[in-house]
Amino acid sequence: MAYTDKVRGTYQEILDGLKDAGIFKMERYIHSAQAAEIEVEFPVGASLKKVINICANNYLGLSSHPDVVKAAHEGLDSHGYGMSSVRFICGTQDIHKKLEGMVTEFLGTEDTILFPSCMDANAGIFEAVLTKDDVMISDRLVHASIIDGMRLCSALHDTFKHSDMAHLEEKLQLHNDKRLKMVITDGVFSMDGDTAKLDQMADLCDKYDALLFCDESHASGFIGKTGRGTHEKCGIMGRIDIITTTFGKGLGGASGGCVSGRKELVEMCRQKARPYLFSNTIAPPVVAGVIKVLEILSATTERRDKLEKNTEFWRKGLTDIGLIIKDGDTPIVPVMLFNAKLSQDVSRDLYEEGIYAIGFFFPVVPQSQARIRTQISAGHEIHHLEKALAAFKKVGQKYNILGKTKQEIIEMYGM
Amino acid sequence: MEDMKEIIKKYVINEYVEDDSEVTYDTPLISGGIVDSFSMVSLKRFLENKYKISIPDDKATPDAFDSVNKICVLVNAYLK
Repeated sequence: MAYTDKVRGTYQEILDGLKDAGIFKMERYIHSAQAAEIEVEFPVGASLKKVINICANNYLGLSSHPDVVKAAHEGLDSHGYGMSSVRFICGTQDIHKKLEGMVTEFLGTEDTILFPSCMDANAGIFEAVLTKDDVMISDRLVHASIIDGMRLCSALHDTFKHSDMAHLEEKLQLHNDKRLKMVITDGVFSMDGDTAKLDQMADLCDKYDALLFCDESHASGFIGKTGRGTHEKCGIMGRIDIITTTFGKGLGGASGGCVSGRKELVEMCRQKARPYLFSNTIAPPVVAGVIKVLEILSATTERRDKLEKNTEFWRKGLTDIGLIIKDGDTPIVPVMLFNAKLSQDVSRDLYEEGIYAIGFFFPVVPQSQARIRTQISAGHEIHHLEKALAAFKKVGQKYNILGKTKQEIIEMYGM
Repeated sequence: MEDMKEIIKKYVINEYVEDDSEVTYDTPLISGGIVDSFSMVSLKRFLENKYKISIPDDKATPDAFDSVNKICVLVNAYLK
């Protein structure tokens, strides 16, 4: 079929609709390495502006760490740029196996398999280990990649209300006749920054003979006393059957992901997971970088400890100036504004003050739950956070939202 | 029949409605965005367990599940 004007117009109409609805996404061009301070070109063509970045997943500040960059250089020199093959033909190097072993040890699991991304890990895992005789029972706020992965799987799918353990138990009872039951959750939820009740979930899985799956993308490297993740924080190391996680956030921030867990389930992925079978794995320099990241994190908890202190400082600071934040103790700290336009206006004004933070609104978050999602890093120094707090205070005063309740903000700006 | 309607309505509200939105017997559940396609599965299983029936997959369509009234018609078709 030719790409006719009619076809072009069809797509242009859809794109225009996104713009009209205010949900058309625009990229901002960063001209520096990822860090606490970055140089941004926004809008396109504008002169570069140096801003403090509080919206990256660079939780441990390792994205541009000199030791990680050096290791990636060395990996590039020793193992080349790419593999030009999937893993099971001629795409597996010694360093891929080394990294899989290191991840297994770091997460306290039985075995690990690398994927090009955690999105791919989540796309591949369910179809590889479950059949139409099984059921997947997922928290209603799991990440989009898990939802996509479940759609690719023939097992029955059901949901439970977010972090509602009584509802989860009802669902486990409802589906108790299934061959296998798998309970599926994020460890740390990316939009609200809250943590799954993994200890209670593990108990329920024991009681009803179910498997437990947890996506640790927003947890690996810094949640728990030694940064192993939500399972460490909840005291259930070794009781999660499947962990998926990413190397694109706290663990260096480049790319790649994995499935880590029971050795038979990992082997099932090696035999059957389509994103693993039909796609190149992680490129050698990135593998070398992640190996260095895990060496750093295994040697000292200094970075996750600093992140914890920064997070406490940030959460207290936002609360003290009278903004509403979501409860929790993770470095994902949503500043609640409730109204979509207000979230965009505040984001724009913060940028003018030299603070880079993005507004999130429907459909990314539920209606009337618009927010600025802030994310703290071990790469931040206290002076960065103080400057960001001062900006939030100034902008908050401008919009008269400091010290106001949710109801008062909604009355001023609407839902 | 009224009992069945109330039971199903109560289940739908408890299971899917997380604010104080009103649900009537005719409120569009699927097309109205209250029940998504994933969640139809649990609704179907609830009905099968509650009324000891088996609803064939090809009859469990979004349209057949789109209101409490329609669901009652579907359930009654399979009640012995």
